[in-house]
Order: sequence, then structure tokens, then C-alpha cells
Amino acid sequence: MSTPFYVSPQQAMADRAEYARKGIARGRSLVVLQYADGIVFVGENPSRALHKFSEIYDRIAFAAAGKYNEYENLRIGGVRYADLRGYTYDRGDVTARGLANVYAQTLGTIFSSAAEKPYEVELVVAEVGETPEGDQIYRLPHDGSIVDEHGSVAVGGNAEQISGYLDQRHRDGMSLAEALKLAVQALSRDTNGSEREIPAERLEVAVLDRTRPQKRKFKRIVGRQLQRLLQGDGAAMEAEGSEEEDSEGSEEK
Amino acid sequence: MEANTRSTGRLPAAFLTPGSSSFMDFLAEHQPELLPGNRQLPPTQGVVEAPHGTTIVAVSFPGGVVLAGDRRATMGNVIAQRDIEKVFPADEYSAVGIAGTAGLAVEMVKLFQLELEHFEKVEGTQLSLEGKANRLSTMIRSNLGMAMQGLAVVPLFAGYDLDREKGRIFSYDVTGGRSEEHGYAATGSGSIFARGAMKKLYREDLTEAEATTLVVQALYDAADDDSATGGPDVARRIYPIVTVITEDGFRRLTEDESSEIARSVLQRRLEQPDGPRAALL
Repeated sequence: MSTPFYVSPQQAMADRAEYARKGIARGRSLVVLQYADGIVFVGENPSRALHKFSEIYDRIAFAAAGKYNEYENLRIGGVRYADLRGYTYDRGDVTARGLANVYAQTLGTIFSSAAEKPYEVELVVAEVGETPEGDQIYRLPHDGSIVDEHGSVAVGGNAEQISGYLDQRHRDGMSLAEALKLAVQALSRDTNGSEREIPAERLEVAVLDRTRPQKRKFKRIVGRQLQRLLQGDGAAMEAEGSEEEDSEGSEEK
Repeated sequence: MEANTRSTGRLPAAFLTPGSSSFMDFLAEHQPELLPGNRQLPPTQGVVEAPHGTTIVAVSFPGGVVLAGDRRATMGNVIAQRDIEKVFPADEYSAVGIAGTAGLAVEMVKLFQLELEHFEKVEGTQLSLEGKANRLSTMIRSNLGMAMQGLAVVPLFAGYDLDREKGRIFSYDVTGGRSEEHGYAATGSGSIFARGAMKKLYREDLTEAEATTLVVQALYDAADDDSATGGPDVARRIYPIVTVITEDGFRRLTEDESSEIARSVLQRRLEQPDGPRAALL
């Protein structure tokens, strides 16, 4: 009969954390930034179909870095949680704080359960408020902790360096185009300090826009609109914004 | 290593099980008591008295479809509510109007809207119009037990089919039977009269403005002959709810717009109480 080796709890947890961190670091980073009219999500994603960002509820969106099947599972769980809560009570009773708590409990339990392998994911749950002061951004690392973030947040492989870059340059009240450009600059810096080009086709961009007339504030930014935002200057952006609102106005519910 | 093995506050397994994109399937697995069809009814004597919604009409025109409803809910001989809303957006490209037991119908619509939204969020794409119509069929069928006790819900579903690029109308019976209607359809207590009116006034080349006038005419005729259907209430400024679904999505006419249509219909009826006359031959 073989005797199992003794592994100290500290060592066991450190190993698990190391395992999860390595898994997350393999994926591309993504950033979430506040801007004047809401919250913008930017990430490098060659796939058009497998999203890193998605809508959870009216004002709540989800972003994830790491292993796709694991965060996809958590995303669907979140949609189910939010829809069930909204159905049982009222749409206004679904909050990012509640959702972040449930995610934290889920990740935390999985992380500390010896029977399961830790999830290799890092999540961001964001809720857009009526005003910029009402915006909430929560970052949820693999171990079930919650970090309440303001302004900007980066998750994924190169997160520390990117968030350092963002912290220095992000300010409140940026326009969408400014925030988007800053995000792309931050993402295109490599670990060794050199810059590389990320073409618009490889970018996944979504916003929670508090000025949208619909109750569902989440919107993906793709194609021509994304091109214009990346290239255009400030004045062109404002004109583009109002034009976009005109075309959207008719789908109001 | 787990601190608490029984209730950890984590999402229960049903939430994280991949597979179904249907909110109703999820409810059935996780909290079946919340599904309207799963309620056990005590045996009752006679008919249960509850507010009843009445007439809903729909007309398709090239480029879209119009769905409209009157504003009355009745309970026996009593008017239970004068300003009830019975036409709802189901999602961006479809709407549902309900006749029958108001309380159950509103709950059904709420669950139907959620079902479509849930699918859209999980799958990242919308259900086809046929798919939506079939989901509604399933929901009506699950209400069959209630329907047999007199608490039926009979909706009318209309939407813009993005694939075929036209407006389509689906009508239902209490057992969930679904049939596509071409041109126009009506449901509820005043539907016989509304259908008669639409039969004589409908043409295939209606414009959107003509279609909205047509549904108001049909509702007027229904209110004229059916006591449970409400006509335009000028004194209280309560007018029919008229919604239009086109390629641009769902739009509900503002109160000003629907009052203008209702008033012009009313104006003509003061001279000709039976409304416009169709040609004899």
C-alpha cells in the first residue's frame, strides 16, 4: 500500500493558483474602460463568432479572459441567473453586484475544492448607471475574490503591464473614440515594450451605452462604425454618433 | 478542502449545465413550480370569474404587419378595466396580442418575451419567426388545463420575417394549434365582427397608413356589435393600441397618432354610422 505524500495546504493552493494563472496568461488580454456615455469593452479576438464580451441583462455585460469552455459556461449561468431573477422579481432588481457575488462564490468554491480543477478564467462584470458615477465594474480573478474597479481594468495574460499603461492615461469623461484608441494602444504594446499593429478585423468591441433609447444597453461595434471610430477625429465622431442614433431610433421597444 | 459542502452560494449545477438555450427548459429543470403550466388546480364548481381581454386584430401590408387591440377588459357584465394594454412587443421584430383571461395572458406574454430574449443572449442570434411562433404554441398548450376550466388564453402573433422579407400573422386556438393567416386575422370576443369588417375593407396593396386605419375601423365595428369590446373613448382619451412591425423593427404608435386615426374614423362614422361601404359587385 502506498502512502500519499504530504503536501502542505499552502503549497497546494499556491500550485492551483499557479496553474490557473498560467492558463489565463495563455489567452489574449482585454480591457474595459469607462467613457462619458458608458463603458467600452475592447479585446483582440480573431473569431467573429466566439465572443469574449456579451450581454447579460439590460445594463449588465460580461467579459472574460482564459479558457473558452469554462467562461462560456459561466456566461450562460449568469444569463440564467439574471433572467430568473428578473422574472421572479422585477427587471430593476437584477444588479451587477449580485451577479458578481454569485460568480465569486462559484469561482471560489471551485478553486478551493480538491475534487475540481480550478477554472482558468478571469471575469469582468460591468453595469452602466444613469450617470458615470453610477457605473460599476467588478473584476473577478480565478480564486473567487472580487475587485471593485474604477476607470479602467485589464484582464488576461499581459494584464499588469496594460493596466499600468491605462492607469496613467485614462481620465474621466473621455469620448468613445478616445477611449477606444487608448484601449487599442494599450493592447498593442508587447511585453518587451515594442508595439505591434492590431487590425480592426481582429478587434472585438462592445459598449454599454447609457444613451441608447432601448432598455437593453449592450451593443456590439463592428464593421464601418468601428473603422470610423478608430480613424476619425473628434468632430467626425460626434456626427457619426447622432447618425447612428437616428438609424437605431426605430427599433425602440 | 471545501468550507461548506452543502450550500456554498455558488451557482447550482442546473445553471452551469450546457445544452438548452430555452429559459422555459431551464425553469422546468431548476424551478418547475414557476412554470405556469405546472400549477395544480383545485377542482372548481362552475366558471371562475376573472377579467377577460377581448378583441385583437392584425393586418399585413407590403413591407410589414399591423397588430392592434381595443382597451377593454370585462368580468361577466362588468367592465373590469377601461385602459388595459393587450398588445406587447415580443422582441425587436414581433409582437403578440392577447385575448382571454387577462392575468394568465399577461404572465404568458412576460414569459414569452423572456424566452425570446434568453435565446438571443445565449445563442447570440434571434430565433426564426417560425421558431418564435412555435414556442408560443407550446406555451398555450401548457395552459390547456386552465383553458378547460374556462381560463383560456388565445393570442395573435405577428412579426416581420427577415428571411422572407414580409410581415406574417399567426393565429392560435386554445389547444395550441397554430395556423398562419394571410392578409388579416382577429381573435377574441369581437373577432367575428372585426373579421367581417376586414374582409370587406382589406386589399393587398394597402400602405402602412391605410393598414393602421383599417385595424381601427375593424375594432370600431367589433365594439359596435360586441359589448365586451371597447370603442374609442373620446371623453377619457383612451384609444386603441396600434403597433407596426416592419424591416425597421417594432413600433407602437404614439397616443397622438392613434388618437388622430381614431378621431378621423369617429368623425366619418357620425355621418355614416355603419362605416365605409364596399362595392356590391
